[in-house]
Amino acid sequence: MDIVKLNIDNKPVVVEKGATLLEAAKSVGVDVPTLCHMKLHDMNYENNPGGCRVCVVEVEGRRNLAPACKTECTEGMNVNTHSLRVINARRTVMELILSDHPAECLTCVKNGKCELQTMAQNLGIREIPFEGEQSHYKEDRSPSIIREVDKCIMCRRCEMACNEIQTVGCLSAINRGFESVVAPAFEMDLEKSTCTYCGQCVAVCPTGALSEVDHTRKVLSTLVDPTKTVIVQTAPAVRAALGEEFGMDAGTLVTGKMTSALKKLGFDKVFDTDFAADLTIMEEGTELLGRLQKHLNGDKDVKLPILTSCCPGWVNFFESNFPDMLDVPSTAKSPQQMFGAVAKTYLADQMGIKREDMVVVSIMPCLAKKYEAQRPEFAVDNNPDVDFSLSTRELAQMIKGANINFEDLTDEDFDNPMGESTGAGVIFANTGGVIEAAARTAYEVHTKKKLEKVEFESLRGFEGIRSATVDFDGLPIKIGIAHGLGNARKLLEDVQAGKSEFHAIEIMACPGGCIGGGGQPYHHGDTSILKKRAAAIYREDEGKEIRKSHENPFIVKLYEEFLGEPCGDLSHKLLHTHYFDKKKKVEINND
Amino acid sequence: MAEIKLAESKVQELKEVCKKFDYDKGELINVLHAAQEIFGYLPAEVQEIVADELNVNIAHVYGVVTFYSFFTMIPKGEHPISICMGTACYVRGAEKVLDEFKRLLDVKVGETTPDGKFSVSSLRCVGACGLAPVVTVGEKVYGRVAPEGVKDILAEYN
Repeated sequence: MDIVKLNIDNKPVVVEKGATLLEAAKSVGVDVPTLCHMKLHDMNYENNPGGCRVCVVEVEGRRNLAPACKTECTEGMNVNTHSLRVINARRTVMELILSDHPAECLTCVKNGKCELQTMAQNLGIREIPFEGEQSHYKEDRSPSIIREVDKCIMCRRCEMACNEIQTVGCLSAINRGFESVVAPAFEMDLEKSTCTYCGQCVAVCPTGALSEVDHTRKVLSTLVDPTKTVIVQTAPAVRAALGEEFGMDAGTLVTGKMTSALKKLGFDKVFDTDFAADLTIMEEGTELLGRLQKHLNGDKDVKLPILTSCCPGWVNFFESNFPDMLDVPSTAKSPQQMFGAVAKTYLADQMGIKREDMVVVSIMPCLAKKYEAQRPEFAVDNNPDVDFSLSTRELAQMIKGANINFEDLTDEDFDNPMGESTGAGVIFANTGGVIEAAARTAYEVHTKKKLEKVEFESLRGFEGIRSATVDFDGLPIKIGIAHGLGNARKLLEDVQAGKSEFHAIEIMACPGGCIGGGGQPYHHGDTSILKKRAAAIYREDEGKEIRKSHENPFIVKLYEEFLGEPCGDLSHKLLHTHYFDKKKKVEINND
Repeated sequence: MAEIKLAESKVQELKEVCKKFDYDKGELINVLHAAQEIFGYLPAEVQEIVADELNVNIAHVYGVVTFYSFFTMIPKGEHPISICMGTACYVRGAEKVLDEFKRLLDVKVGETTPDGKFSVSSLRCVGACGLAPVVTVGEKVYGRVAPEGVKDILAEYN
């Protein structure tokens, strides 16, 4: 291995040949400020256009300042990362960037979480000496994501997320010079593009240029409407991340405090999407076993592998990218939608209220859930099964807005019946979790034996594509797992080409699964946060008395009293869906 | 939106070009050059074919098309008008001539009249400086054009 020795801020540094000054500085604890640069460790993705010039440093003997992110270390370099010349240059760079940035910080969705704002504060920018033209571009509001391009600093992180990680390919820099913006092809709106609403562009945006559609005001006014019964469901990933919004360490579980906060906010019933996750396992697991049994009996027409269908970003992705394979994914609705469908039928009946008087709110780590809730097939007479879907961030904002002291809250339990869930429902939040939950139930149903060890550790991990064979008492079940849509695409292309040997594949659109969803607290590139959230989810599972979906007593009761049997007639009507060919034809915006 | 029907033979020609370049993503700019030669401009439909053939996303193709000023998404008029803005023509009043074309046709440089009849562009030196200011309409060259003469030039094509 070739090594290079140099000095950074008078500290001797030894790095591998090819390392950048930014990497070398980091290795000795020198944090050179960056703006456009973003490295996602564990995922092997790096956004490094070298465009913002905030990371310039002074290299002895060189005439010009060097961008640390793009300058390779050479032997004997003497580097100063905070000389007066460097600091002045960084200030000028920031002043120039800010000269074409709306000064709307107080009302900006990213206020307090904006990397541009933090950088301006760290550099002590107090005025902007450059007066000039400001760029103006139309605002684009889709059902999930809002683009306010005027706030864009052209860091290109969203392009990396959309094109490289997710391979959705919806965003590109267009035009040139002052006119350049990041936009979908032909400057069409997101809603008309192939956007899956996964929200990974929002998750990496340093400014307020990309954000989620905010439903908090609508929810607040519903909460005070005496004619409405407002119930809420919380997705498993939320409890492992919400605390971060209140300064708690990543990986802190706040299930009890979250429940308590929701009750204080005035929700009539606080339920758990995990309950619906258990229900999903009953339906999806039964569907898997059904297809598998037919396959083992030699039925050539049966479609295998079966693909999970809980993730709305993933559903949007295959509807527009693999319209020839709409019959491969499970027909089971996502837990969010199963919850809504059961709440507005069975639960409304039990509570003695009419469907239209019940409002179902969901708290999700996800932005695609907002779109999913609005899909017309998930409504009865224009009354949606799920009325509003809020992100983890929006819930945190509501709690802060209601001056609830989150950290001091006493833990409270979910309400019954739809608040009871098993460990299997909890792990839906992690990549590999849905298929592990399915395996726990499918094993026992198929073998009619008790599963001694419920943890399928071979299905866990952070690798983008994983595979494992699970032994169903002599029957080897081959399982594939992908998280991140780029990885999903690879597995799908194998299935399309008939090269896939898997019986079942789990797919989650976001890196890490739902814990890394587009609606979660911002990780600002620190992917170790995702691992801490994942560990918290497995801890929550371990602490559960019941860890297999089919043993959830309220699920058993729901089938006895209402649904009949999994994949039965009523289940099919309420808990299953179908998919649409959404391959987009190019449309041109004439405005 | 205006949907255009592309001529099948031209589409075939474009597909041949993509094949000739071995469907190499790195040849996107060359393929777009060829495409513009075939169709005269690069409408969305043409970009879509290029994106499909080279397996690059359409947003990226559009990004490249809008970055380079050579590429155009607007079809040239039936009579493409070019006003020379080279040094000799410029000092002899080409800008006033250009302004007169823009005024009479109500278009900007690079645009085409709504009826598709005329498009206006500027260029740098046609090598006929002795005739400055020079205007070309299609293949025909007009020399020593004065703003007052613009009306008459247009009349020849109406």
